[in-house]
Amino acid sequence: MSQVRVSEAVSMKHRALAAIVASPALLFTATGAAGESPDHWPPPMHDNVVLSKIMLDRLELRHTDAGNLAYWEGQAWVGGDINKLWLKSEGGVLKGRTEEADLEVLYSRAVTAFWDVQGGMRQDFRTGDKPAREWVAIGLKGLAPYRFDVDATAYVGTSGRTAARLKAEYEVLLTQRLILMPELEFNAYGKKDPARGLGSGLSDAGLALRLRYEIRREFAPYVGVRWTRKFGATADFARQGGEAVHDTQWVVGLRSWW
Amino acid sequence: MKIRRNGSVLPEPISLQRRRFVQGLAAGGALAGLGLWSAPALAGSGPGARPRELAGTEFDLVIGETPVNFTGRPRMATTVNGQLPAPLLRWREGDTVTLRVTNRLAVPTSIHWHGIILPNGMDGVPGLTYRGIMPGETFVYRFKVGQSGTYWYHSHSGFQEQTGIYGPIVIEPHGADPVGYDREHVVLLSDWTDQDPNTVFAKLKQMDGYYNYSKLTLGDFIQRARRDGFRDAVAYRAMWDKMRMSPRDLADVSGATYTYLTNGSTTAGNWTGLFRRGERVRLRFINGSAMSYFDVGIPGLKMTVVAADGQNVHPVTVDEFRIGVAETYDVLVRPHDDRAYTIFSQSMDRSGYARGTLAPRAGMEAPVPAMDPVPTLNMSDAGMSMAGMSGMDMGGMKMDSAAMGSANTAGAAGENHAAMGHGAGAMGAMNGAAGGHGAMGHAMGGMDGMASAAKTGGGMMEVKHHPATEYGPGTAMHASVVSTRLDDPGVGLRDNGRRVLTYADLHSLDGWLDPRDPGRTIELHLTGNMERYMWSFDGVKFSDAGPLRFKHGERLRIRLVNDTMMEHPIHLHGLWSEVESPDGEFQVRKHTVSVKPGHTVSYRVLADARGRWAYHCHLLYHMKAGMFREVEVL
Repeated sequence: MSQVRVSEAVSMKHRALAAIVASPALLFTATGAAGESPDHWPPPMHDNVVLSKIMLDRLELRHTDAGNLAYWEGQAWVGGDINKLWLKSEGGVLKGRTEEADLEVLYSRAVTAFWDVQGGMRQDFRTGDKPAREWVAIGLKGLAPYRFDVDATAYVGTSGRTAARLKAEYEVLLTQRLILMPELEFNAYGKKDPARGLGSGLSDAGLALRLRYEIRREFAPYVGVRWTRKFGATADFARQGGEAVHDTQWVVGLRSWW
Repeated sequence: MKIRRNGSVLPEPISLQRRRFVQGLAAGGALAGLGLWSAPALAGSGPGARPRELAGTEFDLVIGETPVNFTGRPRMATTVNGQLPAPLLRWREGDTVTLRVTNRLAVPTSIHWHGIILPNGMDGVPGLTYRGIMPGETFVYRFKVGQSGTYWYHSHSGFQEQTGIYGPIVIEPHGADPVGYDREHVVLLSDWTDQDPNTVFAKLKQMDGYYNYSKLTLGDFIQRARRDGFRDAVAYRAMWDKMRMSPRDLADVSGATYTYLTNGSTTAGNWTGLFRRGERVRLRFINGSAMSYFDVGIPGLKMTVVAADGQNVHPVTVDEFRIGVAETYDVLVRPHDDRAYTIFSQSMDRSGYARGTLAPRAGMEAPVPAMDPVPTLNMSDAGMSMAGMSGMDMGGMKMDSAAMGSANTAGAAGENHAAMGHGAGAMGAMNGAAGGHGAMGHAMGGMDGMASAAKTGGGMMEVKHHPATEYGPGTAMHASVVSTRLDDPGVGLRDNGRRVLTYADLHSLDGWLDPRDPGRTIELHLTGNMERYMWSFDGVKFSDAGPLRFKHGERLRIRLVNDTMMEHPIHLHGLWSEVESPDGEFQVRKHTVSVKPGHTVSYRVLADARGRWAYHCHLLYHMKAGMFREVEVL
């Protein structure tokens, strides 16, 4: 950590300096008759700070039946208490080839104590022979009763495509720093998309257990195991392509944020 | 500790000493030309050191940056006259004091005289009472001192209160002091972090519980399952998780980043106050922390509390007291033995402690007790009624044991109290159930219990109404039942085998400032959302709220209802807060009123000073998040 900075809003500093330069009489005034009306005073405090956070929730190696998949899942936000710009991205690289990758750009608004409404765009990038897809996204993100971290989003794409994604996480503190994190994920599509190997209905589900150790809050390596399953026509597409429908994957990775 | 033949102490290793000397010299050199300075600075002073004292009616205070080192890592502090804490200011009641405060920082600063009744323009709150003190500027405060006792002063700008701008004020009474004593020491407690406070604030907003390393874990679950059975343990966990609250939400910022200081000394530095055997020693405790409540005891000594927030109270003898941020307590101790005593100040969340020593000679030490176990909030701390809890698929009595256990089981298991030197006596079986003053005891009593409790100093009160503004993102909890009792020692102190001070013990020597009944009651709810780190009154943060308007001369009541899981020290500038007993009688005059979770407190205010006054939670990061209002007396 760098030295303690004693900082106020920069604009205020500049204004203060300007005031001093403009008015040498200020330097040794008595009892505050600074010649400025209260209208020009700064507020007693600034409670509208803009902050940001970049989260690499998963940066992991998945030992899949097709080989080692390097996978990322990250988010970032910038904003205040109520309004934030929110980015999400996930994707995987197998044997040097990007298998899947998407990016969401969302406006996020806190609507209740524990829930944010998020809306914006999602881009599925073209990977290999899978074409790109664009979606409009609307979702809910927050903490459900019993402390489930939930991210549920519905998508509307071109050509009448629709999709839904649900993720839920939970944390079990084995110790203050050793944390077990179960995760559930579902994807569903309203219309089949053979070009991307997707059938309609529930396409795939994943259940993962990750055990992380928080060396610092911001830096936690983990190991885990992940079960995935594809359903319906999506499973059929997988079979045709020689991919597994069920898979059990060992994962090792790093969770970090700053 | 090294002791020279003549008994004086070599205070610090030479390297440290030299660095501090050099720092002091540098600061002194810079200031010498102004004739403000007479001795080198000693930021972070060692054993036997006293906060430097300035007395009289004319004061020159220079705010600047001073290098300090509390943890082995050098940091820059903001200081007054190069000292941390700032110099003790000794005033006399009836005098008019003049304080010239010069800002040598690159940013604006300010000094607020905490608890001092003075004209609005002298109160030192940037944006309300003046513009603040700009870099290079000198602001001259001048006001008549109309009170006596122990107070303090601190910056009201940015996070400067966290980075070192705080110091004691002692005002000697004009007439005879009703408190007799032979010697006095100021004991100023504070919290220091090597992190930039802006970073601390950001971490709190970025991650719920960032500094909390006392969360309930699997181990706690197993312990509970062994004691109460698996079903109860699951139900207990589910009850809290359903609310998305943590029963270990005791302090936002903890010993994970804080080093706790006694008069600017670390525990290793061991600030020492001297006494002669048999003397009556007056200790003037001040909590100058940014965020930390302390539970203070001196194992082996009884403490007689004689003043609270500078105001004399009828003496009450205790083993321990909890001091909220910005509160002051004066206590008398009378050490009869030729031995050292440890002044032990553990943070409320037990993540660390400050330590000092009282000794007949410098260099002596007494054992430092182990900290008490980490306490756990119970459902009544969360403002939950039995009705609210019964909806959770649990039998009534089982629920009692589940919720009850939380308050004191840890205490029963830990057995650290003996170390405090007061004996572990009463801390046996299940505590709260028998303990008449635990809020839990009354919640358990059901309706009958409430009725009887009401006759004996308060009881449970249903919260019938929450402001409509409390249903936004900033408010995570709404208390349904709160305690009006002042005699609850609070979480972690209930039935710990020690006599613990409560507000019910505090009776000011003076009475009401005005005999009139309040013409109206302003009810304000203390609100927050730990998950988002939002804090406010009535769910509305400062920048979204207009001022509270008082009519000049009016007598009114403020009722605070705590809708959070935390204790909040609420400070009204410029006007006294006269705390009412649960039945509306006069209790104690204070400048900072601490409201426990699951509680409500009422106090009367005489709006006899015009101007724009600050009104806020004195937990610095809560204030910065918006738990702040302007009070305008028109």
